[in-house]
Amino acid sequence: MWAFLGSDVLFFGTLIATHLVYRGQSVSGPTEGILDIPVTSLSTFVLLMSSLAMVLALSGLQRGKMGEARFWLAATALLGSVFVGFQMYEFAEFANEGLTPRTNLFGSTFLIMTGFHGTHVVIGIFWLWSLFFSTFNGKIHQGNSLEVEIAGLYWHFVDIVWIVIFGVVYLVGAYGAEEHVHEATHSAAAIFGLG
Amino acid sequence: MAANTSILRRPLAPTGIWAWMTTVDHKRIGILYGVTAFFFFMLGGMEALIMRAQLASAESTLVSAATFNALFTMHGTTMVFMVVMPSGAAFFNFLVPLMIGARDVAFPRLNAFSYWLFLFGAILMNFSFFMNAFPDMGWFGYAPLTSNEFSISNSTDYWVLGLLVMGIGTTAAGFNFVVTILNMRAPGMTLMRMPVFVWMTLIVAFLIIFAFPPLTIALTFLLFDRFFDTNFFVDIGAGSDPLLWQHLFWIFGHPEVYILILPAMGIVSDVLPTFTRKPLFGYTMVVFAGVVIGFLGFGVWVHHMFVTGLGPWANAAFAATTMAIAVPTGVKIFNWLATLYGGSIIFKTPMLFALGFLSMFMLGGLSGVMHAVTAVDSQQSDTYFIVAHFHYVLFGGAIFGLTSGIYYWFPKISGKMLSEPIGKLHFWLMFIGFNLTFMPMHILGVIGMPRRIYTYAEDMGFEPLNQIVSGGSLIIALAIVVFTFNIARSVRQGEPAGDNPWGAPTLEWSIPSPPHHYNFPVIPTVRSQYPLWDENANVVLPPALPAHNEPIMPDPSYWPIMLAFAITMVAGGLIIWQGHAIAGLTVISSMGLLGMRSIFGWVLEPMEDEAHVSAHH
Repeated sequence: MWAFLGSDVLFFGTLIATHLVYRGQSVSGPTEGILDIPVTSLSTFVLLMSSLAMVLALSGLQRGKMGEARFWLAATALLGSVFVGFQMYEFAEFANEGLTPRTNLFGSTFLIMTGFHGTHVVIGIFWLWSLFFSTFNGKIHQGNSLEVEIAGLYWHFVDIVWIVIFGVVYLVGAYGAEEHVHEATHSAAAIFGLG
Repeated sequence: MAANTSILRRPLAPTGIWAWMTTVDHKRIGILYGVTAFFFFMLGGMEALIMRAQLASAESTLVSAATFNALFTMHGTTMVFMVVMPSGAAFFNFLVPLMIGARDVAFPRLNAFSYWLFLFGAILMNFSFFMNAFPDMGWFGYAPLTSNEFSISNSTDYWVLGLLVMGIGTTAAGFNFVVTILNMRAPGMTLMRMPVFVWMTLIVAFLIIFAFPPLTIALTFLLFDRFFDTNFFVDIGAGSDPLLWQHLFWIFGHPEVYILILPAMGIVSDVLPTFTRKPLFGYTMVVFAGVVIGFLGFGVWVHHMFVTGLGPWANAAFAATTMAIAVPTGVKIFNWLATLYGGSIIFKTPMLFALGFLSMFMLGGLSGVMHAVTAVDSQQSDTYFIVAHFHYVLFGGAIFGLTSGIYYWFPKISGKMLSEPIGKLHFWLMFIGFNLTFMPMHILGVIGMPRRIYTYAEDMGFEPLNQIVSGGSLIIALAIVVFTFNIARSVRQGEPAGDNPWGAPTLEWSIPSPPHHYNFPVIPTVRSQYPLWDENANVVLPPALPAHNEPIMPDPSYWPIMLAFAITMVAGGLIIWQGHAIAGLTVISSMGLLGMRSIFGWVLEPMEDEAHVSAHH
């Protein structure tokens, strides 16, 4: 699992790097001004809380308290679903305001990056519900809590990736790019002949 | 019972086509990889022969310029992704569990899944031939040649989707082998007692899981560009930059070079000790040199892009890293030479190919490190010098090393010896043919023949050398015929091999040839780097176990091949969707459902069929 997560870091690393390199290169259409920081802060909070729920689920299972484990597994999945709901709302809003993947570079890089992240969350939700139902037929029990721990690793990872995206893409993007961040990415890009 | 919850009965027959399609046995999967890779080797070889026939004379009109483009694109893509990588995978699969004293890989069904994705992805890409849309934009698919504007047919779509499908399988295999090697070793098989081949497999597996994500993302961007009109790589007016593709591709592409060559290095590091009768010189150094190559491999990609005008900073930095990566490679070569020094060398066919590897790979390395000097690189970029260089590395290096491995382990795989006289004939034909083919390309490059041209004028002076090159390629083809004959002959009437025909030192030679399906009657305890040579640490295993006492192995499963099929058909559905939206969506959604069904079938299926287990006891 650790190997998989290491690999996934490169996956998102490439997506975020592409987004940064192409920052400020869009020539038309809405860009970072479209980001709604208060709403996304709320959804970020929801996702963070789901990680807390995940920890509690594992802890419940390890102590053999199946009721707790089930409750928190379901809570994690539901909080994750709320996050996905926020993201769908966000994408729909953007589409209303005329931002789709084909509008401009910001649209392409931003929507594919966050779309990939959303897909990871959705896969995680399926995984969590599978674990939830497996607690009823005895396939998941105190003795194999490792199964849940591994799912938890994945879930926390997806959460951490979101923190990076929220920080680097949303906050830096919306608050006018502190000059040095802007310069750093662009001088790095310039060394590689991009932008 | 769980077995009854699936639609299909679990396939438990030991032989027949269903057994092979549903197998999860690492040895069978290894053989499948090997046979498939050899098939594609013939295909890629045919493509090369047609190109050589075209270039044998000036202003030839055998094939059109467009056909020639398709030929070199598919020759490169086939040889890299469908021949050398899966050949490496064939050896990983067959050998790694045997070498570390395990009964199978960590995730046997995932292993089968990797193979089927590779096969179906390769078929998907080559299917383009029948749709008259053979990919034709070069094996590294530079933007903007891949854009909708310049690649009008579906050719690039087949290429992108085929690579994506194969890439999923390869990445899964990477995880599988990392976990297998780290977690499945027999007692006493410490990391520093592992055969060098296992070490190189571990490094390759790490390279795969870190190098394939950037490729996957780059291909996904390209997919969106082509299918959904995004603009990642094409329109400079809209702010995007075609150079981004080159960066992303080569961040994958250079580690890929080591993914291709490290298995051959591992094979040679295990073949040399057996045929010199002494331990590998500087085992630790060879291992760590491999690790260093793995790390540095991620920091040299810009040397593929020196002529794109990135400026002095990038060029200087990457020139330095490129020179640096020659150091660990040199360390390995000196260790191999020191292994030969003072040894009792036995010139059997595997040894000949290992020595062929050593000499030819060294030439390829020397012409490679020249390109660290950007001024030289600018002169040689996109000439036949580059073609000569990477064929010395990939053919002279990887293919010679892999062939050495085939001759070395064929007795273990099949239980039969390959013929030595025919093997030696094979080696000398290949060695001479190889040098006749690729040595003159250096000179052609230096006198100015560009790569990827479909013909040349008579007064350019390229014709005589090109004729030698084309003649050499025919000798290579003859060598392959001899090789095929050797294999076919041995499968039918080869000498029985016995457990350890070469007197080799590593664990896989302690068990019968071919091995039991459960590999080891008891899991051995390892106390030495060379257990079969070390009298104090020798591994003596009991003979085959009685049938009622055999260890329970994972049972075959339909789900890996079903899921791989579903994924490939979803990719195919995308292509259909471009022409016929309804038909495409039908294929995508039905195959998506099949995929979901397969995932759940897979997850809920127990490792062993319960009826099978209870019948066993």
